[in-house]
Amino acid sequence: MRVDVRFFASLREAAGVASLTVELPERAGFDALIAALEARLDAPALTALRAENVRLARNQELVVPPFELANGDELAFLPPVTGG
Amino acid sequence: MHLDVRVQTGDFDVAGEYAALRGRLPPGAGAVASFVGLVRDVAPAAGAEPVRALYLEHYPGMTERSIRAIAGQAQQRWPLLDLVVIHRVGRLEPTEQIVFVQAAASHRAAAFAACEFVMDYLKTDAVFWKREDTDAGGRWVEATRDDRRRVNAWAGAPDDG
Repeated sequence: MRVDVRFFASLREAAGVASLTVELPERAGFDALIAALEARLDAPALTALRAENVRLARNQELVVPPFELANGDELAFLPPVTGG
Repeated sequence: MHLDVRVQTGDFDVAGEYAALRGRLPPGAGAVASFVGLVRDVAPAAGAEPVRALYLEHYPGMTERSIRAIAGQAQQRWPLLDLVVIHRVGRLEPTEQIVFVQAAASHRAAAFAACEFVMDYLKTDAVFWKREDTDAGGRWVEATRDDRRRVNAWAGAPDDG
């Protein structure tokens, strides 16, 4: 199945791309996603994505691992927000 | 309640927003409070590069929903008649308008409080990221403890600092 991964702000710059699509086995979870990203991103980018203050949104709703992904899901990595 | 949430790159017209509000307000309205946030032009610290511009990034869809959630909380706390929230994104230079909140209610206490509440939560809960751009490059802004303290005060939570 395919999952669209999106990176924002500092994480987008760390990853060097705003989004990418990964191929995962059915019902893969967050660990499988990270494993797939290891083949696509460099070590500093992966460290940035795994930082404690990074939040995850699945189809634009915040989620906390463990969770299962589905085909066509959009999974976003969000650094701490700073609006206003 | 009439609610209008906009995320846009272009500027907003405060007089136009107020005029539009006047045109749709019910006769029971007795108070309108509004807030405009500007991009500060701050003198750089000694040896630091001056900030040339802010760059605001958002997550289309999720950002608008995060603002609507904040507006919904405000609506539950105060009897609001109308609420407008406009947040700009993209590159913004010092002195430019960045954010607008306009709240209308029957009485001033609700209008004032809702305006401040929405602004405080925009800082901590709305899905935006702010980068300060200098001639030497960009630096992503981090949330401040003061911002967190202000929303904790609304929530009645103990102060963490």
